[in-house]
Amino acid sequence: MEQLLSVLIGILVASAVYLMLARNLLRFLFGLILLSNAANLTIFVGGRLTPGAPPLVPDGMDAPIGDVANALPQALVLTAIVIGFGLFAFALILAFRAYQSLGTLNTDEMRVAEPKEN
Amino acid sequence: MSWYLTLPLVIPFVASIIAYLLRSSPLGAWVSIIGSGLGLIASIALMAVVLDAGVIAGQMGNWPAPFGITLVADLLSAVMVLITAITGFAVAIYALSDITERQAKLGYHALFQILLAGVTGAFLTGDLFNLYVWFEVMLIASFGLLILNGGKEQIDGGVKYVALNLISTILFLTGIGLLYGMTGTLNFADLALKVEEVENQGLLTVVAMMFMVAFGVKAAVFPLFFWLPAAYHTPSFAVSAVFAGLLTKVGVYALIRMFTMVFDHDIGFTHTVLLWVACFTMVIGVLGAAAQSDFRKILSFHIISQIGYMILGLALMTPLALVGAVFYLVHHIIVKANLFLIAGIAKRLTGGTEVYQIGGLYKSAPFLAILFLIPAFSLAGFPPLSGFWAKYIIVKATLDVEMWFVAFIALAVGLMTIYSMTKIWAEAFWKPHPDGIEPDLKTLPNKPAQIIPVAGLAILTIIIGLNPEPFVIFAERTTAQLLDPTAYITTVLGETP
Repeated sequence: MEQLLSVLIGILVASAVYLMLARNLLRFLFGLILLSNAANLTIFVGGRLTPGAPPLVPDGMDAPIGDVANALPQALVLTAIVIGFGLFAFALILAFRAYQSLGTLNTDEMRVAEPKEN
Repeated sequence: MSWYLTLPLVIPFVASIIAYLLRSSPLGAWVSIIGSGLGLIASIALMAVVLDAGVIAGQMGNWPAPFGITLVADLLSAVMVLITAITGFAVAIYALSDITERQAKLGYHALFQILLAGVTGAFLTGDLFNLYVWFEVMLIASFGLLILNGGKEQIDGGVKYVALNLISTILFLTGIGLLYGMTGTLNFADLALKVEEVENQGLLTVVAMMFMVAFGVKAAVFPLFFWLPAAYHTPSFAVSAVFAGLLTKVGVYALIRMFTMVFDHDIGFTHTVLLWVACFTMVIGVLGAAAQSDFRKILSFHIISQIGYMILGLALMTPLALVGAVFYLVHHIIVKANLFLIAGIAKRLTGGTEVYQIGGLYKSAPFLAILFLIPAFSLAGFPPLSGFWAKYIIVKATLDVEMWFVAFIALAVGLMTIYSMTKIWAEAFWKPHPDGIEPDLKTLPNKPAQIIPVAGLAILTIIIGLNPEPFVIFAERTTAQLLDPTAYITTVLGETP
């Protein structure tokens, strides 16, 4: 299962890099979200996929009994997804505003802040 | 004990909430000033405790390390928190004159306080994933501040800033995932112990390089700096001053933390890469500055070139070099924020930031000229100002390890820094204004709010410059902690009761 997910991560990163090399800002953003999902999966696989009982501590004990699933990667991934979602929403609105005020989504033509020397 | 650690974080968050509620009233700015002032007091208290105890740690929610979130302050963290609070306080006062009613209504003061909280949190956390979260807090606040004006320039600079910083964030996150997979922990202190047990040390170096690239983007080192000169000259002056002072330095801090405590298994490789990166960063930054003619663009490129010196100190990894890096970090934040604030005053007096289109400041505002000369000379490394000692220690460290060429580069870059500062001086201050305007400091609206922070930061530069000994001794203690993290590890993991 780990191998399969690793290949999936590889495919995600490859498509993400391909998309991010485009001049179109929207394509870049789509690449970015693929890449951030690849990162989330990396954390998930990094924690090892352990099939086991849910990590619940029985009443009156300090630690769970027997083999339980590793819960930490899920907590990390959940945090990362929420943060990533917030940042992506911001970036999307920024791209929209950029299109409105600069009239283009082509990053080569975005030269207002750094005008070309004549 | 943990109140000392949490107060510098809680205060800006509370201030940001109050400032947001009062955003339509002029009181919002004062909430920001009072919040930053209280934050300054809290960080002075933290500094006093850390000076006494060496390292203090607090476990949030009482989960013992390495399972819970740990806040740690060693000397490096404490001094960074203190310098953040000083810069924050100065810029909060300056904002009285610089931030328009519209920007305040859009929530400038709230975002500013969140930015300070994010920066402080990044310095105080003892956990890698928590560091990521603080980075994000800082990033989202900086995004908001950057595009607050909503003009074409801000949006344009913002797109590049956002895009490149998000890539770095994702790289950071991937690195965290891989490091966790290898060591099973994310706590700095625990990591420092566990990385030695990793079987495949080569793989560890790969992950180390991932972190180097991720933090390198944040720190704006060559060849990852392109977002910085694209964005830093576009927002309000108060915003660009706090960005210039603090944001890149968080990246440098993270590099120092990770590459002294965790990734010291293959110094021959990682720190050689850092050495080359440092040299290129110094040279490219200063050359970029020479080609610019906008006040803030020149200063932006100088940030990059100065970051090179700090990385150089880390790359050499000798005690003296790290002393230089720590000293440089502190000196640079004060000087750089100050220069951006002065650029704001110059713009308000003369009506422009393009140095060829302004002038006459020396004749009509000599006081401002003196205030400019202090940080500018300090940046270039004139004795007896703070920059001289910073550069002196770094160059001495390179000579000690007999890297003559690197020492030559460091000195040559210092010389070229003078060239850019001379350009600003000659164009903006010395020559008469091309439109015949005679700017007068008396006509400046809300003058005390602009002069007091600038003068205060300049006085700090002079104090460090004239009396460097306690600061160097402090940097030596900091370096001793960095090179031998035993105290840090035992305090966090609680081996000694």
